[in-house]
Amino acid sequence: MSLSVIIQQLIGGMGSSMLIFMLTLLFSMPLGLLVAFGRMSKCKPLQAIIKVFIAIFRGTPLMLQLLVVYFAPFYLFRISLPRWYRFGAVIIGFAINYAAYFAEIYRSGIESIPVGQYEAASVLGYNKQQTFIKIIFPQMVKRVMPPVTNEVITLVKDTSLAFVLAYAEMFTVAKQIAAAQTNIMPLFVAGVFYFVFNAVVAFVMEGIEKKLSYYR
Amino acid sequence: MKVLEINHCNKSFGDNEVLKDISLSVSEGQVISIIGPSGSGKSTLLRCATMLETMDGGDLIYLGEYAAKANTEGKAIYSDKETLQGIKKHFGLVFQNFNLFPHYSVMRNITEPPILIGKRPKEEVYAEARELLKKMGLSDKEDAYPCELSGGQQQRVSIARALAMKPKILFFDEPTSALDPELTGEILKVIKDLAAEHMTMVIVTHEMSFARDVSNHIIFMDGGVIVEEGDPKELINNPKQERTKAFLSRFQQ
Repeated sequence: MSLSVIIQQLIGGMGSSMLIFMLTLLFSMPLGLLVAFGRMSKCKPLQAIIKVFIAIFRGTPLMLQLLVVYFAPFYLFRISLPRWYRFGAVIIGFAINYAAYFAEIYRSGIESIPVGQYEAASVLGYNKQQTFIKIIFPQMVKRVMPPVTNEVITLVKDTSLAFVLAYAEMFTVAKQIAAAQTNIMPLFVAGVFYFVFNAVVAFVMEGIEKKLSYYR
Repeated sequence: MKVLEINHCNKSFGDNEVLKDISLSVSEGQVISIIGPSGSGKSTLLRCATMLETMDGGDLIYLGEYAAKANTEGKAIYSDKETLQGIKKHFGLVFQNFNLFPHYSVMRNITEPPILIGKRPKEEVYAEARELLKKMGLSDKEDAYPCELSGGQQQRVSIARALAMKPKILFFDEPTSALDPELTGEILKVIKDLAAEHMTMVIVTHEMSFARDVSNHIIFMDGGVIVEEGDPKELINNPKQERTKAFLSRFQQ
């Protein structure tokens, strides 16, 4: 099998990897904010539940979580799910896992905003929602950019874990070709793809950080 | 009419009684200075007046409207949220460390609150903001961000931000404590100009000679109580209480 054929096949898998990547970010970033609110809630029971949620999703392997999300409906409740659930399980597993991480990053950002910002807003008559949306959130975004970039780069590489559900993303494809052809080349090519993907991600994130650097 | 009345205010943090039965009333056009050692409760009093802290007991009244009213046991019962939001429009507060919004330009710092909270027309607010900046000597800083300004300039912006809401009374919480002597002069001049325009103000300060010159009533606090109050020149030059004498002896020039 020639290099160009390998590349062609991997590009197909790359599309699937990017889809996982984008859908995970789309769902986990807002979900993480909700989880962060729960984690900082004054309602103690809610706070405790969210703490347990975060502990579980940060404390167990993502690979295991994907398997549980995929197989639990059948093994626990004898519900057989349609074919698309393979992909659904991948997205649900990734989104929830990443939401747990993002929640803690957001929380650190929100809690690092000086109390004086809240006090100034309060005296000027801002209510809680206005204070968060206008004053706290934009400053939080700037502060959490470096750790969020870390997470996003990790996510690019983590998409390869979808292979445990035999979802045909790039890594799964590369492994199949490598095994069938007894050739290491596909794995090297996959490595280059991940590397380039992450270089683009890092470039974009750096651009956003620069855009936010107009104030301290 | 009294702009602000505080009756029998009590405030504790845990077992620590910070304010003990403090009463204070401010008439229109009055400039009141509050002096005293650190931990005397003067900042807490200001924070209670601006509702950044809740009083345990007593009344808090702005222009005849109750923000908090003592019940029969003396416990402060606060009015509903809506009333309190309305009352907040009556006062402004200038912080020791400015607390400008760093992600907003100078102009947006000043104009967003009147537009967003005061629901006032944009053009009018912008025109007024330019006037205020001119008065503060910052006309060329409209588009600057707080991080690009000196401490004195930041403090002048924060005074402009407070004034843009057209408060009936303006509080200053040690407005010059984070500034060097030269920048302190800038801010004191601005406050003096405001006093000349009969702005009603309550100023917590460590600047004794400034307090003496600018205010028409002075309060000396220590240990959570008002030890002595009265005419500023009289109190600073001729304190009656031993505690006041001891405190002021370090400031005699």
